[in-house]
Amino acid sequence: MATTTVSMTVNGKQVSAEAENRTLLVQYLREGLGMTGTHVGCDTTQCGACTVHIDGMPIKSCTILARQVDGKDVTTIEGLADGDKLHPMQEAFRENHALQCGFCTPGMVMSAIGIVDRNKDSLDEKTVREELEGNFCRCTGYHNIVKAILSAHKEMTA
Amino acid sequence: MPDGSIGTPIKRREDQRFLTGTGRYVDDFNRPGQTYAWMVRSSVAHAKIKSVDTSKAEAAPGVVMILTGADWAADEVGGLPCGWQVIGKNEIPMHEPLHPALVADKVRHVGDNLAVVIAETKEQARDAAELIEFDLEELPAVVSMVDAAAEGAALVHDDLPSNLCYDWEIGVKDEVDAIFDKADHVTKLDLINNRLVANPIEPRAALAEYDPAGDHYTLHTTSQNPHVIRLLMGAFVLSIPEHKLRVVAPDVGGGFGTKIYHYAEEAILTWASKKVRRPIKWTADRSDSFMTDAQGRDHVTTGELALDKDGHFLGLRVMTNANMGGYLSTFAPAIPTYLYATLLAGLYKTPAIYCCVNAWFTNTVPVDAYRGAGRPEACYLIERLVEQAARETGIEKTEIRRRNFIAVSEMPYQTPVALEYDSGDFIRNLEDGLEASDYNGFASRRADSEKNGKLRGIGLATYIEACGIAPSAVAGALGARAGLFESAEVRVHPTGSVTVFTGSHQHGQGHETTFAQLVADGLGVSVDSVEVVHGDTDRIQFGMGTYGSRSLAVGGSAIVKAMDKVVEKGKKIAAHLLEASVDDIEFDAGTFRVSGTDKELGIGDIALTAYVPHNYPIEELEPGLDETAFYDPKNFTYPNGCHVAEVEIDPETGVVDLCSFHAIDDFGKIINPMIVEGQVHGGLVQGIGQALMENCEYDDQGQLITGSFNDYCLPRADDVPNFVVGTNEGAPCTHNPLGVKGCGEAGTIGAGAAVTNAVLDALGTRGIHDIDMPATSHKVWQALQQSNG
Repeated sequence: MATTTVSMTVNGKQVSAEAENRTLLVQYLREGLGMTGTHVGCDTTQCGACTVHIDGMPIKSCTILARQVDGKDVTTIEGLADGDKLHPMQEAFRENHALQCGFCTPGMVMSAIGIVDRNKDSLDEKTVREELEGNFCRCTGYHNIVKAILSAHKEMTA
Repeated sequence: MPDGSIGTPIKRREDQRFLTGTGRYVDDFNRPGQTYAWMVRSSVAHAKIKSVDTSKAEAAPGVVMILTGADWAADEVGGLPCGWQVIGKNEIPMHEPLHPALVADKVRHVGDNLAVVIAETKEQARDAAELIEFDLEELPAVVSMVDAAAEGAALVHDDLPSNLCYDWEIGVKDEVDAIFDKADHVTKLDLINNRLVANPIEPRAALAEYDPAGDHYTLHTTSQNPHVIRLLMGAFVLSIPEHKLRVVAPDVGGGFGTKIYHYAEEAILTWASKKVRRPIKWTADRSDSFMTDAQGRDHVTTGELALDKDGHFLGLRVMTNANMGGYLSTFAPAIPTYLYATLLAGLYKTPAIYCCVNAWFTNTVPVDAYRGAGRPEACYLIERLVEQAARETGIEKTEIRRRNFIAVSEMPYQTPVALEYDSGDFIRNLEDGLEASDYNGFASRRADSEKNGKLRGIGLATYIEACGIAPSAVAGALGARAGLFESAEVRVHPTGSVTVFTGSHQHGQGHETTFAQLVADGLGVSVDSVEVVHGDTDRIQFGMGTYGSRSLAVGGSAIVKAMDKVVEKGKKIAAHLLEASVDDIEFDAGTFRVSGTDKELGIGDIALTAYVPHNYPIEELEPGLDETAFYDPKNFTYPNGCHVAEVEIDPETGVVDLCSFHAIDDFGKIINPMIVEGQVHGGLVQGIGQALMENCEYDDQGQLITGSFNDYCLPRADDVPNFVVGTNEGAPCTHNPLGVKGCGEAGTIGAGAAVTNAVLDALGTRGIHDIDMPATSHKVWQALQQSNG
């Protein structure tokens, strides 16, 4: 199978790796770059555990080829914190017990940031729940995730 | 209250790594030179394997080795064992057919394992797998239990006389029949407890390594109980002695029971690693998970409740058919017997109970414990019968419960189905549940819904369950092939920090934090100075793992016992240093004090002395401060509660909107209320999922129709509301040192019944009095159409 050199910026750093044409972005990140924070939870694009940001937009990295992301700016869960200081969304998840096993969490946090970005002026519970349709959690029952996102919204739009 | 001690909702320390993407799940591990395994699975439900030709596949690029069922059989390795033997009527033991990890004779369900391809990359393995030629002679598939029981049905296992695994009973049928013959009223229901797929978000994975230098194996696996895997696989499958086998379950992304079992891939990879002499890694795709992870529930039941004219329950008579699937999974036979039928008293004083359970093999994926494991099935049956009986007799549904509840004054209460409940205030939970949900205000909310053309219903489930498994001798007498104690080692280091080695496992439950809270409280040290280690058979001597809501009740109690030993030794050291008699030494909040004086030493001083034993009673006491304890529970624990669901149904579409859910639970003493609430929330959504949307379906050929998230409806955030949950701590467990009952499964136990009862309460206004889970919009709409027609 043909390979090409795929280059992009990941968490502010220029990276480059050989990838087959069929390599998904999530495989490029996990296997090509050894960045295992982004997770694979399904094979039909529903679960959202693989969500990253591409040019600031939440995208499911299992459903885009690495080649398609050549030259773009990718942010993963590993790139959110500023040294020891957690991103407000990460902090809100911790404060509100919005994670249990942690497996859906990277994708959930990346999606959640997108929800806040799209709803800067105001955000209510109903909207949060609707916009979380693309992210499964089997552990938390979503209650604390919704709480965390509403709390982070206040923090992030202050 | 000192920060971090018992009862405080401190934030979890494990969140740091999970939130920053530095968790270490099995698929995150990589080894130099590793190969990748791809499992070749059957795409038909039932077929004889006539021949297997791997020659083309062996020649494919990157292929290292291909192994089939013939290779497995040739090596004379054992089948995957069943850990619980049920003895049925007339002392007849259950049938226990062979469960090979790779099959040579026939495939018995879609997903059954034909071969493994090991290659340099996963893609090469998968591409090569497509070149394997199988000649399969398809056989008729028995899919439902009705099919399995039919005269002349195809046999799932040809060495058995039929597809019946066992015919078991509890109670005395003649006595119960006599009570029914004389009863004023009998309520009868035919119920289905539908099959579910657990679907933890992390798919199963395994990484096996063989070290020729030591003839030693290491297996990383997504397990809830690494020592159990080591025992089962080492002793019964591959004949590897335990000291040559290390099993590690690192961060695991959810389990819910389905990651308890010893799976074929674990054995296949470990077995193959010695042949290949390179690490082998396997990760399931979600479609793999759907057709190989043990599925849950799948009972078909006829239940009858006998009442007198005042609504008192006189007797319960139950016939349940339980689906085992194509093979016996590790604990499967125990679920519809000892974890189900023994809960049929519920919260009620029903004096006479009889239950017969027939377990069947079918050409479907094996079924085993899934969160709740038998108790959601019991609660669903009882609480459906209770609300149906209320409708039939005209006795209001909370009143009929009050008339039959076991009272606090009757505790401990010996049920007619073996279990003895220790404590619980069922009336109080009911009253709190009714108040929290504004039960009295329902009528006016219903009137408002009706003005908008909607149907509104409120439903309850008052439940009790048995968890904190289990007293080993009791479990053994019931057929368990393992002990069910737990172990803990509390190691105080010379400079006073503490490492706790626990046989429990966390895959979301927060033990790294809560167990540290226990130890901080028990030894009077800061919570930050305590580290909890779990999940590695090399570091922890033994453990039975985490399931059945047992970690705090059993694992936590083992930690308490180990701490007691630490304190006992500390007192002897303190007595020596303080020149007092050991009987005069008190220990409180980290300080050893001569009672009645101000002569005292902190635990830090004691620890240092233990490792630098200069001024030390060396004739009577060894140095060091490191104690191990094993705790075997005296009884199951009995969480209980009241769940109230309120729904609004749009008759035009059949869509059920869950408006609210209130849960009042008794978990005994609470260590971290934040974590307890989280456990309840998660369990509730799984129970709601079963009631409204989740269903594992096969067609009549045994094809798995719900084989991905496209077709299996997992609850999403907008399918459920916020929850209101509360706990009553007034009835602690009477028989473990912590007074805890466990909270991990309660949500799934009450929610299915509460939501279904609410749906029926709403549909009852249109003359519909029965519906099966899941009450999807399609099913509700059809029922409404039929009732109008």
